[in-house]
Amino acid sequence: MAKINIKIEGIPFEVESGLTILEAAKACGFEIPSLCAFNHGECSKGSCRVCLVEATGARGLVASCVYPVAEGMEITISSPKATAARRTSVELLLSNHNKNCQQCDKNGMCVLLHVSKVTGARDDMYQGEQTPVTVDRLTPSIARDTSKCVLCGRCVERCKNAHGLGILGFEKRGFNTIVAPAENRSFANSPCILCGQCVSVCPTGALMEISEIEKVDAAMKAGKYVVVQTAPAVCAALGEEFGMKIGTRVTGKMVAALKRLGFKKVFDTNFAADLTIMEEATELLDRIQNGGKLPMITSCSPGWVNYAEYNYGDLLPHLSSCKSPHEMFGAILKSYYCEKNGIDPKDMFVVSIMPCTAKKYEKDRPELSVNGLQDVDAVLTTRELGKLIKRSGINFVKLPDAEFDNDVVGDYTGAGVIFGTTGGVMEAALRTAAFKLTGEELQSPALQEVRGFAGIKEATFNLGGKTLKVAVAHGMKNAKVLLDDIRAGKSEYQFIEIMGCPGGCIAGGGQPFVKPCFLPNEDADILDTYKAKRAAALYCEDELKTLRASHKNPQIAELYNTYLGEPNSHKAHKLLHTTYQAKEKFGK
Amino acid sequence: MAHLQEAAVKKINEICDRYVDEKTPLMMILSDIQKEYGYIPLEVQEIVSKRTGVSVAEIYGVVTFYSFFSLEPKGKYVIGVCLGTACYVKGAQQIVDKFSEIIGIKAGETSADGLFTLDALRCIGACGIAPAVTINGKVYPKLTVDAVPKIVNEYKAMEANNQ
Repeated sequence: MAKINIKIEGIPFEVESGLTILEAAKACGFEIPSLCAFNHGECSKGSCRVCLVEATGARGLVASCVYPVAEGMEITISSPKATAARRTSVELLLSNHNKNCQQCDKNGMCVLLHVSKVTGARDDMYQGEQTPVTVDRLTPSIARDTSKCVLCGRCVERCKNAHGLGILGFEKRGFNTIVAPAENRSFANSPCILCGQCVSVCPTGALMEISEIEKVDAAMKAGKYVVVQTAPAVCAALGEEFGMKIGTRVTGKMVAALKRLGFKKVFDTNFAADLTIMEEATELLDRIQNGGKLPMITSCSPGWVNYAEYNYGDLLPHLSSCKSPHEMFGAILKSYYCEKNGIDPKDMFVVSIMPCTAKKYEKDRPELSVNGLQDVDAVLTTRELGKLIKRSGINFVKLPDAEFDNDVVGDYTGAGVIFGTTGGVMEAALRTAAFKLTGEELQSPALQEVRGFAGIKEATFNLGGKTLKVAVAHGMKNAKVLLDDIRAGKSEYQFIEIMGCPGGCIAGGGQPFVKPCFLPNEDADILDTYKAKRAAALYCEDELKTLRASHKNPQIAELYNTYLGEPNSHKAHKLLHTTYQAKEKFGK
Repeated sequence: MAHLQEAAVKKINEICDRYVDEKTPLMMILSDIQKEYGYIPLEVQEIVSKRTGVSVAEIYGVVTFYSFFSLEPKGKYVIGVCLGTACYVKGAQQIVDKFSEIIGIKAGETSADGLFTLDALRCIGACGIAPAVTINGKVYPKLTVDAVPKIVNEYKAMEANNQ
């Protein structure tokens, strides 16, 4: 890239050409208040007017998130004209904003509140009409409240960029403009996959998960036997809720906190991830050997399952019939575990801590219950767990480490841990499939071919004289490429892993928000690196484990020997497998 | 989508295909559909979305942004009252109100018998003859409130004669 010379606040700098003023200023150590702009211009439409600056050669003030730097340009951020303009922009946004900040779920993480402070915006400068409000709380996953929306369009862009979906769009015009699914429908009757990526980029409280903390409170109060399980991606990010550096693994503290919160048992979902691998690897080999539907596609990600049901009803037989790990765990807890411990399954209440908003919807699926009992009763996101811990007066950072429960169930291998990042399920499955095919363990369990954040990863393995061709995709935009190939009969793979969120669960819609304005101690490029940092925490835990392949888990072996029989047995099918159904996109 | 006839689906796909070489074909496609059918309901937007790859929410956004597009079937006679600045100061609001009162519908609505649609338009660029009204393209220049009942009755009479 060619370099050009500019001046910011009278100081000369050399910057890359082609940058916006906002990016150039950031590179030179300035922080221009901005709201709608997201990473690398993911949503820089200059719509919010919060980042106005003076620039020579421009007519009037310019929105720095969209205006490119030019040779010789002199940029002024701090002039009275620019600071007053930025303040006015924010005051105008506030004039049509529901300012019940104390009750707002984004409190503490609201970018509008941040720029209000930074620009010195005054309250109630412009009073008048308010845009009519829509509140959608019909799904169990995501709430939309237009009274908090600033029309920045980040969610619109994210849904398009991550999934090629564009569930949300701008509707109507002028003062009546809202961001909504078509016809201002609920997410419940539009083809939204409920992944929560829109929630993670929303700068205000307009998009949030639906909290289930009260459900858990009620179960505790009613004296239920409340147990909790945590997904692997949670321990790689929960610390962020307490100001810890991104990528800090907090497994021990998390377990200690959950025990103090009064859960009877604290399990790691990884146990069930190992179980999933046993079922899924067996299913895969069965399909390969007996001419079943190939490629087989993983079914752990509920966002992806929703996408498949809405968009690829004809390909549903390709999905593994395995329930997702936390659902398997719920089913095993309410059967095997209850039997072993003399607990009435009706008294048990299973809570899952997940990095995911779609899991909230998943747990309510009627097909994910056994004998009329829901496998999982409540799903809290990583963020909700953070709130629960803070509410209870626990000083998370100072907690001593504690160990997961592992009586009867709960032990896990490194294979389960890596489920939390893209490529992890594939890697875990291959470790066990290799053993099943060759009778020998892989020499090195770390399969670099399926790691990393490329949109689509492909690899070919030679296992016991058989060639296994696999692919990994994350984000529906990438998945679509593989799915269209299957539809066209051009797919050469036997096994495909698909995760709903780009990056996998570590960057799920229920994970702590990564908003640079609230993370002064993180690197400037944290939005580009946080996924890798969280994934590294998981790979690190995998390496620390002595057992790194699911079939080596002694409790899993015991579960099959004494209860399930063998993988894909009749009993295993009843407890651990599910069905899918094509859905109408815009149902009534 | 089930209740759209096969022929209609074919026609809409055909319209989409007219503009495959265009970089941003959406406006042209929607214009043609609006002209062909008089409205663009969600079912039709879904077909356009499938054919063009533009999301339904985005198409819906365009349809609701421009007053030229309609989500509902329009009446046989579409009354467009210009509410641009020049027409407005010459009393266009009173004209809208009069039409509204006589036909019994609000601006943006269609009468139950399907005869009239009343649209309040942005400036139609006929400021010299303000206040301006168009009915199915026919222009009524410098219209007065008193002339409104007569015009409505003319169309009603015309309709009665046709039957």
